[in-house]
Amino acid sequence: MSTNFDQIEKDALEALAAAADSAALEKWRMACLGRSAPLMAALGTLGTLPKEERKAFGQRGNQVKQALERAFEEASDRIGHAELASALAAGAIDVTAPGRRRGRGRLHPATQTLRRIYAIFAEMGFQIYRSREVETDELNFGLLNMPPHHPARDMWDTFYTTAPNVILRTHTSPGQIHVMRERCPQPIRVILPGMCYRYEQITARSEIQFYQVEGLAVGRHITMADLKGTLTAFAHALFGPGVRTRFRSDHFPFTEPSAEMDVECFVCDGRGCPVCKQSGWLEILGCGMVHPEVLQNGGYDPREFSGFAFGMGPQRITMLMHKIEDIRYFFANDLRFLEQF
Amino acid sequence: MRVPLTWLRDYVAITDSPEELASRLTFAGLEVEDLEYVGLAPASQPIAGLPAAGRSGPPARGLAWDPATIVIAQVLEVMPHPNADRLTLLRVDDGSITEHVVLTGAPNLFHLKGTGPLAKPLKIVYAREGAVLYDGHKPGREVMTLKRAKIRGVESASMACSEKELGISDDHDGIILLDDDAPVGAAAADYMGDVVFEVKINPNMARNACVLGIAREISALTGAPLRPPALSVTLTGAPIAGRVGIEIREPGLNPRFVLGLLEGARVAPSPYWVQRRLRLAGTRPISNIVDATNFVMFELGEPLHAFDWDVLVGRAGSKRPTIITRRAEPGETLRTLDGVDRRLDAFTVLVCDEQGPLSMAGVMGGAESEVADGTVSVLLEGAAWDLISVRQTVKAQGLPSEASYRFSRGVHPGLAEKGVARALELMRQWTGGTVARGLVDSYPGRPEPVVVDITPAEIERQLGVRIPLDDVVRILRALKFGCEVSGDHADPHAIIRATAPDHRLDIGTGVVGRADIVEEVARIYGYARIPETLLGEVLPPPHPNRDVELEEQVRDVLASVGLQEVVTYSLTSPEREARLRAADAGGDEVAYVRLANPIVVDRVVMRRTLLAGVIESAVANSRHTDRLACFEVGNVFLPREGEALPDEPRRVAILVSGARSPHGWQPADRAPMDFFDVKGVVEELAEALAVTGVTFEPGEHATLRPGRTARVLVDGAPVGWAGELHPAVAERFDLKGPAVIVAELELDPILAKAIDRNPTRPVPVYPPVKEDLAFVLDRSVPVARVLEVIRAAGGPMLAGATLFDEYAGDQVGAGKRSLAFSLTYQAPDRTLTDADARKIRDRVATALAEELGAVLRG
Repeated sequence: MSTNFDQIEKDALEALAAAADSAALEKWRMACLGRSAPLMAALGTLGTLPKEERKAFGQRGNQVKQALERAFEEASDRIGHAELASALAAGAIDVTAPGRRRGRGRLHPATQTLRRIYAIFAEMGFQIYRSREVETDELNFGLLNMPPHHPARDMWDTFYTTAPNVILRTHTSPGQIHVMRERCPQPIRVILPGMCYRYEQITARSEIQFYQVEGLAVGRHITMADLKGTLTAFAHALFGPGVRTRFRSDHFPFTEPSAEMDVECFVCDGRGCPVCKQSGWLEILGCGMVHPEVLQNGGYDPREFSGFAFGMGPQRITMLMHKIEDIRYFFANDLRFLEQF
Repeated sequence: MRVPLTWLRDYVAITDSPEELASRLTFAGLEVEDLEYVGLAPASQPIAGLPAAGRSGPPARGLAWDPATIVIAQVLEVMPHPNADRLTLLRVDDGSITEHVVLTGAPNLFHLKGTGPLAKPLKIVYAREGAVLYDGHKPGREVMTLKRAKIRGVESASMACSEKELGISDDHDGIILLDDDAPVGAAAADYMGDVVFEVKINPNMARNACVLGIAREISALTGAPLRPPALSVTLTGAPIAGRVGIEIREPGLNPRFVLGLLEGARVAPSPYWVQRRLRLAGTRPISNIVDATNFVMFELGEPLHAFDWDVLVGRAGSKRPTIITRRAEPGETLRTLDGVDRRLDAFTVLVCDEQGPLSMAGVMGGAESEVADGTVSVLLEGAAWDLISVRQTVKAQGLPSEASYRFSRGVHPGLAEKGVARALELMRQWTGGTVARGLVDSYPGRPEPVVVDITPAEIERQLGVRIPLDDVVRILRALKFGCEVSGDHADPHAIIRATAPDHRLDIGTGVVGRADIVEEVARIYGYARIPETLLGEVLPPPHPNRDVELEEQVRDVLASVGLQEVVTYSLTSPEREARLRAADAGGDEVAYVRLANPIVVDRVVMRRTLLAGVIESAVANSRHTDRLACFEVGNVFLPREGEALPDEPRRVAILVSGARSPHGWQPADRAPMDFFDVKGVVEELAEALAVTGVTFEPGEHATLRPGRTARVLVDGAPVGWAGELHPAVAERFDLKGPAVIVAELELDPILAKAIDRNPTRPVPVYPPVKEDLAFVLDRSVPVARVLEVIRAAGGPMLAGATLFDEYAGDQVGAGKRSLAFSLTYQAPDRTLTDADARKIRDRVATALAEELGAVLRG
């Protein structure tokens, strides 16, 4: 029996050239290099040959086997590359389509302003102190030097509740009494933030409820010069280091002397614009030296202790800083407003 | 209060421009809210009536009278109009060479039409062609330029002015008839041009609700001496003593009552300069008698009341009338001079005679004893009243007036006599009457003199600046305090004994008085001169503020997982919150903190939940977006039995609705959020706060959809709810979009469990073995229970067990579901073998089979 290795090689290489994908390739490998392949069958007959023929037969058979294996490797690489390329092409995406954003949550603008105020006063040693929103008439007015029917009560339009002498606090000032009574005779430096309520029409400029931040410092050596210095430092931190401040006399029943602090308009640098109504100044907060009656009601002897207090509207400050024209935006919670902060 | 500049100048020299003066007053605590020019021109700003001069600034308000075109003139004759009965022609001399003929329809000249040349010419304000005036025929204040025009065949280029045309008042019923001394040809602006200061009078400045009060402040601020009006009266009549009695029943309510008498008066209009001043001050001139009382009220701050003397004598049956002041009696009524019959309250103080009430003290007079055109004799009352009683009466009767404005802020009884004397003299001059000698003065409530001892050292203690004693004394004396100094003037502890003047009720005694004096000194000294220092005081001991910090941390965590913070109203209505109940029944008995005086119908109670507010936010936003993910941290208000004040616990509310990704466009992103999104937020929050033991168990809540509602617990104690909104609730809020899922949790119990030193575990060194196992169970078995069994059975080497798939369908049979878990096995000290893993798996499978009937899927 003679074996035509040349024919086997020729047939196999022709069949390999026809294999177009990795499945056909695998099929070819089984057919041409597998156990039952003609080449393998032929090589299996080696032992049956006469001794003198064996060497040449074996050499030739192995040559063919190696050639086929080499050809298989080449074809395998070629087809593998082609298949990968086509798989990658099929998996292409449109990188110009929008990204998958997780959505950043935001804090309410009032919270953001409150936090800036907290941070500035924290550096000056003021801690946060909070107290209740539904208050007694006595805490909201009486102990703050406004006995019943006092004319100064006209300054606050008050929501009364159906419970006698229980009101919605008109300012965070009742907290002054709470904190003094709690901490007397320690010195005090606190910030009193919170929601307050006024009997007012809801308009672009006024709300029935609003945030307020008060500050209170009580000690043995506190002066109006300290008040001016502290609040000017605050204005510099919040509005810019160069901003000027000025203090006008005003009246609050719970402070004396009392003042209003104006800050140079940061919109127009004091030149006059619609925001400051051409005055060059913005009214930012009310302040003053704690009234002796209030100190006394808090447990501090006004002959030994003095203190200052101030109060501001963080919403008004937010409005000025962001040119917000309508205070009703704050509690309307329209995302188109909130997402701008 | 409105204060004309020309009136101020009667009592103090003013060299400042109006703007400078306004600024000075504002810094001293008398805020000038508005400046209205009525004739004069501002120095540096453009204004209607005159071209801009100098730099621009905030637009000044008002009208400047051009001195060239608006002048004083005199009417020589009032002639008929040839073609119009209702018009007249005035022959006018304006000081120029020629006379002019002016057309007018003024009714107050009509009676002189055709009477020939006037014996006494009438002084008027004459506007020439080109003058800029307010249009008298248009409502409001519209500026116009006077042009030549032909009216009914007669050409006219000039005008005799009414108050409206000049901006003095809105009166256009006739032309201004000036006093006889008005100089013909002079510029009207020079003769009576003015600026009105609108001054805000704070409650502590009641004494300054008068022109003299403001002048006194200006004097103290500028150093110009104060020239108060003379209070001398020419007394020529029979003495008043014995002709009228006073009986004050409650001196606490009426500390002083003074009466004076004017006889033989002729009631007529006041001189024009008085009328103009009253107009500018904001009141209507009535007659010389009434105007005199108002003039003195504006001038000195003492409101007065004039009675018709003959009416009182008549009521007394021609006997001696006795004036009685007392509280109103039950059921008593009075017809006040506005013609209204008023039922009087017990807190109202009355001025009566023996026959009954005459007036509501300090608030409004009665109709019967009112001064009228026929009045001949006037009994003039000057008194002081309890401000609380006046305030209550004003409020109850709804009768604010210039008099009650002052009495309700406090008028010093020392002013009563001064006011009566001043007004009697003015009435004498303006009415031609005679003043009875003397006054009847009952003064049972004479206040003790208010004396305050103060030192420069005390002032420095408060202000942080050393003000020399002599400067302090100068300031106090300028404000009319009496000052006596004991000690060396250079010694900061030298005592100034300051006695409050008898027009002030706002100075206290002792430590309060000292604060009052410090404020007065600081105001006049100038706040700007106080230095700025930083607190030198020792720092207070720090107080733990963890509660506040944690609350802020809650906000940060919730924002970090993509939620927008909202702040909703704490004022709401029971109806708004009732919408949270799927079934309409019940709820009426819910206790609220309720407003006694709500201002809008839908904000009448304090909220008991945050949910209504955040859902309303979702509703509001649903008009422009389908997606919302938000939270609120805030208080709710829960009335407590037997307590005046409510509990105000803090809560957090979470709401999500719509697509999972805010900006995504692929199917997985667009899928609507569900219960597990909210639960995930709660789990993130718990983890961030290191709060362990947060569990969810199925529950029922009126707001939430049955079967998709969970009670949230911390260590087994309920802290709130999470779930999908009940479809009926969504409908009541008119929410039509995707499912809305909410949670509301009590913050305080959660934050109480927060730990900020949570212990850590070592990071594993040896590789884990992971395998996925699926079990078929009854649908009714909750995942939490399955996990519980897995964890218990897995033992310490089961490092993690996570649900990754759920399947229900034909392959597992009805009433069943397959749950697939990913299990992680790990040991801290070695690499686990296949045999180890098999042991754990077998334990888990066995436990699940025995305890829950679970079948491990192959």
